Amino acid sequence: MLNEALKNKITGLLPTATFEEGGEWLNIQIDPKDWLPFAQQLRNDSDLNFDYLFCLTCIDWKTHLTMVYHLSSTTHRHNIVIKAKLDRDKPEIETVSHIWRTADFHEREVYEMFGVHFLNHPDLRLLILPDGWEGKNPLRKDFEDPINMIKL
Amino acid sequence: MFEEVGTTTEGDIIINVGPQHPATHGVLHLVITLNGETIKKVEPHLGFIHRSIEKMCESLTYRQFIYVTSRMDYLSSHINNHACALCVEKGLQVEVPPRAQVIRVLMDELTRIASHELWWGAMAMDLGAFTPFFHAFRERESINDIMEETCGARLTMNYMVPGGVMQDLHPDFQKRVKEFLQLYKRKIHEYDELVTGNIIFQNRMKGIGYLSPEDAVSYGCSGPAARGSGVSCDIRKVYPYEIYDKLEFDEVLETAGDSFARYMIRLREMQQSIRIIEQLIDNIPDGDFQAKTKAVLKLPKGEFYQRVETARGELGVYIVSEGGTTPYRIKFRSPGFSNLSVLDHIARGSKLGDLVAMMGTLDLVIPDIDR
Repeated sequence: MLNEALKNKITGLLPTATFEEGGEWLNIQIDPKDWLPFAQQLRNDSDLNFDYLFCLTCIDWKTHLTMVYHLSSTTHRHNIVIKAKLDRDKPEIETVSHIWRTADFHEREVYEMFGVHFLNHPDLRLLILPDGWEGKNPLRKDFEDPINMIKL
Repeated sequence: MFEEVGTTTEGDIIINVGPQHPATHGVLHLVITLNGETIKKVEPHLGFIHRSIEKMCESLTYRQFIYVTSRMDYLSSHINNHACALCVEKGLQVEVPPRAQVIRVLMDELTRIASHELWWGAMAMDLGAFTPFFHAFRERESINDIMEETCGARLTMNYMVPGGVMQDLHPDFQKRVKEFLQLYKRKIHEYDELVTGNIIFQNRMKGIGYLSPEDAVSYGCSGPAARGSGVSCDIRKVYPYEIYDKLEFDEVLETAGDSFARYMIRLREMQQSIRIIEQLIDNIPDGDFQAKTKAVLKLPKGEFYQRVETARGELGVYIVSEGGTTPYRIKFRSPGFSNLSVLDHIARGSKLGDLVAMMGTLDLVIPDIDR
């Protein structure tokens, strides 16, 4: 599907979604509360069939966090980007690790690097950072560590 | 982490493989729960070689950060650099001269062969055959020599820059590549004679570590790991970049989904890379090897994503720019990270001895996973 057709289809599924202009792929801004049912629709709708979550990450905008999901379909070969704004002091969003299994590791990485809590994640623990790093989120912009971090 | 050695309440044994273990090819730590010799659970512990490359890149300029990425997947350093250069060029909207495009693709494919050579040697060594390693390195060395002449380095090349390549090809480049092609074609049958046709090897690979196409997609597998299950995912074919849409080569697919299928994919992929090199080596256009760019690069405000096919799968570079000289946020979607996450799924129920074959055919490079 082309971006315009995707836009119409997604407006039908989730009327509250807003679209960002620019970029090569369709950017969709959603409310984090809508994410889980919307994700299921994206995965299961045969016209959309977004079965491949190829990138999951987070951006710290200092005032809020933004979760970014890059989705692709291996049958239709279309791509979209989903963004959800999270509260920086209490970031919470539903896990999608049961819909796309790759999200399991990626969400654990975002959890330790940004402190985002993924609700109902089966095993939300540190993945890359060693024990004792809970609560320190190194990829947040205000993170300072004079011992372990060298300013380049 | 050492207290995890012992037995569980159900009488299962817990053992640690790594972080210093020859079969993990780097500092990967696996905590394995065993029932007898049968694997019940594999839990990877990562981060032994985490250098926080993403955080580092936030304070490096668009010219500087490319050098760090050679250290991610050090066996595909050209392709990592290529992905970053393409992503920055996307933001700058720079047209890369045709000569630079051809040089880049040639370097990418030579890298792919070198990477698969090392994987082949190491893979056979994991299963107990030491000789193939020397055969693989014989060919790999000549690629490294070619790289050294042109790029000045043998492993972390840092040759591709935004706008083209850093310097022109060495005058001997074409001659040396043709010599390599001859050597390779003379020796390629040895690979099959030594390893592929070996009955012990086949018994240890066939039917081991089955991965279904649905799971491969769901776990985000890419590269030979997914193509071994019949998932068409070669970025060079499905989302072509550079000049790949003008080249003749096949996307190699197998349907068996086991370790042997993944093994065959890489062997056949090397021949496709040879095909690409043969098409290009006599047709390198004249002209500039680098487009004219400003000394200090500034990307416009926005987001840029570039996917490329490394030797291990899909590498994604995601740059979020605020209009400055350094990226506001950069994310590397590394192929190894997702490929590793499937290990637990495919290893459950198999024997401990087969784990090495599965890890070998996923072709894990730990610095790529930890970043």
